[in-house]
Amino acid sequence: MLDNILIFINSSPNKRMKHLEAIGKYFIMIWEVFKKPTKWPIMKTLILKEIDDLIYGAMGIIVFISFFIGGVVTIQTALNLNSPFLPKSLIGFATRQSVILEFAPTFTSIIMAGKVGSYITSSIGTMRVTEQIDALEVMGVNSLNYLVFPKIIATMLYPFAVAISMFVGVTGGWVAAVFGDYAPSGEFIKGLQMDFDSFHVTYAFIKSVVFAFIIATVPSFHGYYMKGGALEVGKASTTSFVWTSVVIIIVNYILTQLLLG
Amino acid sequence: MIEVDNIHKSFGDHHVLKGISTVFDKGKTNLIIGQSGSGKTVFLKCLLGLFEPDEGNICYNGQYYSELSAKERRNLRQEMGMVFQGSALFDSMTVEGNVMFPLDMFTNQSKSEMQDRVDFVLKRVNLIDAHKKYPAEISGGMQKRVAIARAIVMNPKYLFCDEPNSGLDPKTAILIDNLIHEITQEYDITTVINTHDMNSVMEIGEKIVFLKNGFKEWEGTNKEIFKTDNQAVTDFVYSSELFKKVRQMYIEERN
Repeated sequence: MLDNILIFINSSPNKRMKHLEAIGKYFIMIWEVFKKPTKWPIMKTLILKEIDDLIYGAMGIIVFISFFIGGVVTIQTALNLNSPFLPKSLIGFATRQSVILEFAPTFTSIIMAGKVGSYITSSIGTMRVTEQIDALEVMGVNSLNYLVFPKIIATMLYPFAVAISMFVGVTGGWVAAVFGDYAPSGEFIKGLQMDFDSFHVTYAFIKSVVFAFIIATVPSFHGYYMKGGALEVGKASTTSFVWTSVVIIIVNYILTQLLLG
Repeated sequence: MIEVDNIHKSFGDHHVLKGISTVFDKGKTNLIIGQSGSGKTVFLKCLLGLFEPDEGNICYNGQYYSELSAKERRNLRQEMGMVFQGSALFDSMTVEGNVMFPLDMFTNQSKSEMQDRVDFVLKRVNLIDAHKKYPAEISGGMQKRVAIARAIVMNPKYLFCDEPNSGLDPKTAILIDNLIHEITQEYDITTVINTHDMNSVMEIGEKIVFLKNGFKEWEGTNKEIFKTDNQAVTDFVYSSELFKKVRQMYIEERN
């Protein structure tokens, strides 16, 4: 990812212009997505299908990763709290803060960029290669609205997935603490409740909504405007994962500075 | 009827179409032929409104495309049917779903009305038992027929086909050509076919436009093309051994 940023900074003016052109094209695409909407009965079906594919279909991996990440955060924290003067409840406190502030919204989003993002790029890219997008355009359908809008709406349910990720992450931490004998259950739960600031959850949800929009649109952009054949679909999926991750990380920094700084 | 007036199209420094003018008549099967890279696909995409010409104009039954508003252009596109080279059927939908798609999208017909129309057009293209199958489950020839059914389901005024018989065996290719020709006459629509298949030229080419390096090199009928002295056309037409022999016989007969 850092390589991509360095490549951009060190690239020739021509290449930089191409990157800027792509950014402009992305925002034009977003504008086009909301123009000339598809009939609601058709759109409703598409949205439900995308919720099933993008959110429900990703829940397994989200729950799996969150549980173990929560456990690892707990173990790492416990192993670094060597002083007997530090209360064990700090383990629960650190787990809660790490999971709610970063791991649930950001780490999960990076995973989603890989799983959901590459699915979006490859499915739209395949439609481009096989002229299905041209077929939509010839019929007079706004293909961007038809293909991308349902994905944006479906991913707006992503905060629910993040909420589940938070719960499962903290549960994973509790399991690791109690069964790994790092902290008693009471101490860990006391830490979870210590100095709780509800805005941190709001902050995580705001981030997850923004990340969801990025996960739906950046891969769509790479799929929609790709050129070439089957090989290029694979390349576009990889490029889209890299750029989605880069954008998530940069936006994460900006949002953290704006909301917590 | 489609009137094309001096259209030019470039991509960067590459000047693809260099001032093409022609007329595609209603109720006729019009063919665009030429070697790969001659600009056939770009020309067809200009006719479809997928590419905007840099210069010149295209007139559909008296409506100049460049003068239409975005809404009028969308309405015009709903009068067009297109059969893509690879059929471009939606993988996630059944044959029935593919054909019903334009009706579902643009009409307020009831489910039973749409179903009747879908059954009618699928029967018209001789597809009776494939309603519930997915595109991946049917042959290339059947996919082409589904694409034709989808293209005509909205009763279009214009039918465009990009190499409709590529990848098909000669017998199926002739069936598809004849089906398009019959539909053109039956519904009295303006059909434009992009092809480099000489069998299609012989069978259904009521009007042929020959492109070379982005220019219109020649135009005429399927009877005239075998008699023309235009070198570029004869080089293209008689590139196969079979046609060379036919040409030789014709010259001997004439002399």
